[in-house]
Amino acid sequence: MATIHVDGKEYEVDGSDNLLHACLSLGLNIPYFCWHPALGSVGACRQCAVKQFKDADDTRGRLVMSCLTSATTGTYISITDPEAVAFRASVDEFLMANHPHDCPVCEEGGHCHLQDMTVMTGHSLRRYHFTKRTHLNQDLGPFINHEMNRCIACYRCDRFYREYAGGTDFGVFGAHDNVYFGRPTPGTLENEFSGNLTEVCPTGVFTDKTHSERYVRKWDMQYAPSVCMHCSLGCNVSPGERYGEIRRIENRYNGTINHYFLCDRGRFGYGYTNRKDRPRVAFIAQDGKLAQASTEDARARLGGLLRGAKHVVGIGSPRASLESNFALRELVGAENFFDGHSDAEHVLVAQAIAILRDGPVASTTLKALESGDAALVLGEDVMQTAPRAALSLRQAARGLGQKLLAQQKLQHWQAGALENLAQDHYNPIFVTATHATRLDPIATETCRAAVEDQARLGLAVAHFIDPAAPAVAGLDAATEARAQRIAECLLAAERPLVVSGTGAGSAEILQAAANVAWALHARGKTVGFFLAFPEANSFGLGLMDARPLGEALDALANGAAEVAIVVENDLFRRAPTARVEAALDKARLVVVDHQDTPTTRHAEVLLPAATVFEGDGTVVNNEGRAQRYFQVFDTAYYHPDIATTESWRWLRRLLSDVRGDGHDASTFDEVSSACAAVLPQFTAITKAAPQAKFRILGLKAARTPHRYSGRTAMRANLSVHEPRASQDADSPLAFSMEGFNGTGTDNTPADQRPGALVSYAWAPGWNSPQAWNKFQDEVGGHLRGGDPGVHLFTANTQASTTYFTHIPAAFVVDNTTPRVVALPQIFGSELLSSRAEPVASRITEAYVAMNGTLAATLSLAEHDSVAVTIAGSVLSLPVRISDALPDGIIGVPDGAPGIPRIATGAQATLKVGAAA
Amino acid sequence: MNADTVFERPLTAHIDPTREPLSLKEYEAVGGYAALRKAVKEMAPGDVTKAVKDANLRGRGGAGFPTGVKWSLIPMGADAPRDKYIICNADEMEPGTFKDRLLMEGNPHQLVEAMLVSAYAIQASRAYIFLRGEYILAAQRLRAAIAEAMESGYVGAHILGGSWGVSLSVHTGAGRYICGEETALINSLEGKRANPRAKPPFPQIAGLWGKPTVVNNVETLCNVPHIVNRGADWFHGLSQGRSQDSGTKLYGCSGRVKNPGCWELPFGTTAREILEDYAGGLQDGLKLKCWLPGGASTDFLLPEQLDLAMDYDTIGHAHSRMGTGLIMAVDDHQDILKVLLNLEEFFAQESCGWCTPCRDGLPWSVKILRALIARQGRRKDIGILEEMTHALGPGRTFCAHAPGAMEPLQSALRFFRDEFEAGVAEHPAPTPAELQVLT
Repeated sequence: MATIHVDGKEYEVDGSDNLLHACLSLGLNIPYFCWHPALGSVGACRQCAVKQFKDADDTRGRLVMSCLTSATTGTYISITDPEAVAFRASVDEFLMANHPHDCPVCEEGGHCHLQDMTVMTGHSLRRYHFTKRTHLNQDLGPFINHEMNRCIACYRCDRFYREYAGGTDFGVFGAHDNVYFGRPTPGTLENEFSGNLTEVCPTGVFTDKTHSERYVRKWDMQYAPSVCMHCSLGCNVSPGERYGEIRRIENRYNGTINHYFLCDRGRFGYGYTNRKDRPRVAFIAQDGKLAQASTEDARARLGGLLRGAKHVVGIGSPRASLESNFALRELVGAENFFDGHSDAEHVLVAQAIAILRDGPVASTTLKALESGDAALVLGEDVMQTAPRAALSLRQAARGLGQKLLAQQKLQHWQAGALENLAQDHYNPIFVTATHATRLDPIATETCRAAVEDQARLGLAVAHFIDPAAPAVAGLDAATEARAQRIAECLLAAERPLVVSGTGAGSAEILQAAANVAWALHARGKTVGFFLAFPEANSFGLGLMDARPLGEALDALANGAAEVAIVVENDLFRRAPTARVEAALDKARLVVVDHQDTPTTRHAEVLLPAATVFEGDGTVVNNEGRAQRYFQVFDTAYYHPDIATTESWRWLRRLLSDVRGDGHDASTFDEVSSACAAVLPQFTAITKAAPQAKFRILGLKAARTPHRYSGRTAMRANLSVHEPRASQDADSPLAFSMEGFNGTGTDNTPADQRPGALVSYAWAPGWNSPQAWNKFQDEVGGHLRGGDPGVHLFTANTQASTTYFTHIPAAFVVDNTTPRVVALPQIFGSELLSSRAEPVASRITEAYVAMNGTLAATLSLAEHDSVAVTIAGSVLSLPVRISDALPDGIIGVPDGAPGIPRIATGAQATLKVGAAA
Repeated sequence: MNADTVFERPLTAHIDPTREPLSLKEYEAVGGYAALRKAVKEMAPGDVTKAVKDANLRGRGGAGFPTGVKWSLIPMGADAPRDKYIICNADEMEPGTFKDRLLMEGNPHQLVEAMLVSAYAIQASRAYIFLRGEYILAAQRLRAAIAEAMESGYVGAHILGGSWGVSLSVHTGAGRYICGEETALINSLEGKRANPRAKPPFPQIAGLWGKPTVVNNVETLCNVPHIVNRGADWFHGLSQGRSQDSGTKLYGCSGRVKNPGCWELPFGTTAREILEDYAGGLQDGLKLKCWLPGGASTDFLLPEQLDLAMDYDTIGHAHSRMGTGLIMAVDDHQDILKVLLNLEEFFAQESCGWCTPCRDGLPWSVKILRALIARQGRRKDIGILEEMTHALGPGRTFCAHAPGAMEPLQSALRFFRDEFEAGVAEHPAPTPAELQVLT
């Protein structure tokens, strides 16, 4: 700690911070542009100048940049000093000289850091009376708009994109007041984190193109705290809604998970919720076709169906909430509740959970990954399966610069110095995969091999770390040496990381990763252990101990069960088509879903489910953290005919109908509490967020900013009378601007807003995402009201280490029937995001990848067409030659059009010369 | 002192613009590479640094930082990084400055030897001459000299048969003034944007590719072999007691003078001697209006200040800087606003665009100067220029570029305010923006 003096007052601050960070953390306002809590200080914009004095008696002082000055004890500064105030105003005036002042037509307007800072500096009168420089803009693809005339050249975009995110297709061009930030040529931004430019940019140069078409100001949207459903990491998001449509996703700060950044799948994948082809009312099959039906008719039909059935099975879903899965389990009975994962994933998820829950090392958090100083990424292509984790891993690699800074007695925030010192050197990262991954450019070593061989390498690493872990016999000398190198490197690290997951489709990979993590633990290392799971609630569903899906399909196919209720799931993604059809042809099918899928087309009754934006629920992320997402808007407010509601609510209604108890108005808290009571592994979920009765200073938290406009008119097409605002019995949030809208303070717990109830970033004078400063215990730290979410279990560090002892046999190359690997895709592999138009436009064409040796054997060249037979289906695919693929393995892009969901590990035959 | 006075000119003694520069053999015949031989064979690296320190050699690039002190910050010994670099800053782009060009075109072997001796002092593994791209003749001559030196074993892995070696190459710049700033130069050499770097770490600790690096000006380095050969006392004596500073200085003069040029003179020679004795005074019919002592980024001085000794401290006390020591004379037929416009256009063009005041302030100052010259200025414009001399001043910007650009502006505002006032229009023409409002 350090004592600093700001404008005559004494404050205790963290002496390792810079003055800007320290003052913002104290709640003081200093304007800034180029500095960002995650990007550090470079001193480019000169906006954060303050007056520094030598001591208490010095009255002259000198201007310093607060972002570049340490907050050491005995620092005397003034923010309000007239010279400092005047200089900051002049900097803002310089920045605005070429700015087009197009706020009324700019999509940044109303959540613009430049607007906020201009107000803060007091620059209000334009003295520049010359022409402004102008630029041509670029088409940057389906996600991002580019409007360079608004640029104030803070360099944040460049620093984020290239240094922080590792992008290579973007940079700074030109010089003086003609600097240009963009791509060398127009085209789609390649980096998977490009969407963060919209939040990193302090003004309207980079804006969300997906929002553009249906644009509405920040203050005119309704928000709720939400969780990204597009992978297992559970990044917190802030969706904005207007007129019953989700208009955009912004990052919601969570200091232990995603903090300031999201991946592009998570940010731009929301369009599935706005699709016109979604079921919005109940449907009943008539003459082989689904026909719209009233909720009453559907319930009547279902009541009869369920009461009359001898045996009903329920099939849950890893993309449905805990509550919806639980309500299904309640309805059909625990013994009839089946996992919605494929059988292969069922095994993998169970294995991953067992490792994290029963082993001595629990999962680390996404944020904590960043402080690792060596990593083994075993088998998981995180950039495609859990993209945000790849960004964190990159920060772990860049952490070498932090060590070098410390050696020079420099501070962690000195970003310019870090770049000078570290250049392109990184902390060691070892990446194993069957194919080339996007982490390879920063990898110390890459190992491309079949999963067995990767697992054998991992197991050997574990043995080198702790000889008590089983040895691997028969490794070649090179692999042996590599294992030893990796082991030594992990042991030498202060905080080694082991990253793996279910994405490789191999339990042996998971076991090998566990052995490495446990061996490091046994050697006394603080190991960061991180496993990616298949989907948003895979962990939660896995904890329900459901029976594998295959058993349900068998029971349906052989007539042992006659009715299946499928909740938010497309079974054709979970099992081979023939097997699903065999089951569904026999069964009477009830589907509750929000998407039109091949499964819904088999339904006798289809009930319209709410998406994550339209309902409440709890999901468990890959670290075992239960997180609540809240309903963003009431669908029926705009369209009274719409019947969508959460699956759990439909199922509770059906339960009530079956029981005939008339209790069909369950609240979220009832279902959630019942789940916690019935299944002790979920005891903690009721603490994931405050319950519905919670109030702050007697108020619910507002879902809309206080400037929200048009409420009295927005429903006038239905009735000129404004109805009472929708009431929310399920949460402590109000569908209104009326409610608590404050940031809370350090001193008065009474007005503290729990982190889980912060819907969007806004504080007086801070309209941009920079307003998160005002919600944090210190800038870039944790939310003052607590980072959202609750861990379902804690690490059992006392557990004895029982290593996995199964050593898989080495992979045997067979180029006549090569093994198929589904190559995961950030855009395409996940169902919901790939139903959003902008993401769909980024999905790759189908192809088959193989190495040059195999291609040469078959006399194939790049782009040649080849017939690939996998599990009975014949696909005609163009060839892509990738020498990153090992012998005996071919890859097909998961989720590409025309590619069925293929279980990794299937054998394929290739036939050349087949008609395309 | 007049032009006939006899004194030593170690740096230019063997420069004869009427002939090709000395070949390696000719250079050796006049004592060339003796300093390298002496350093490598007889001196420890630290001895060379000490000799330079004792000589009180100060940087001739304009800042006057003691060269020996700069070198002594380089990590030495067994624990020091294996890769260390020495870079010659030959990106001579200061307006009105052409002294390094004379040295490089006139006697390239002198610089090559200087680089080698200096590289030995810090035990550098690679040496680069970062040369202004337009200096094509200098590039040819330096490359030829380096090739000769390599053939003779002066450059390479085992110099003079010893264990130490250094490679030496010429890198021609792409034409940015900011590359004269040593950290921007380093970025440029690495293939990055030529933006100045954050300091600390200083280049001596983390410079080129993150390794210890020394960057010195051409003229500074050229002194080193002579200091090694002849010692500190001799060097102190070169300035003949005319200045606290030691050695000679390449002074020069441009503008509408009778005999513009560049001359090696004792440190502390007065501006009047340079202007009147060497440059022959102003052309007939012209009177001196003011002068820039050492490049575009120095404050104007007035005719009555011509008797100041041209050294760092004396010119500094007169609220200007000696800079490169090459005077630019402004005569009474020149409009100070046009002189300034010429300078500020250069600085605005050459701003790297990194920090706000420089990037957006300098182009604005240019527009104001153009408006004033067109008699279309506004009264508030002069106030804005005055504010800029503070807002773009030292400590306000990331590097010294904009503060340098403000030096001629602030002194012109002080000395020639009436010329600015004359540019203010009674009824200024409406701006395009205003026209849009009107129509």
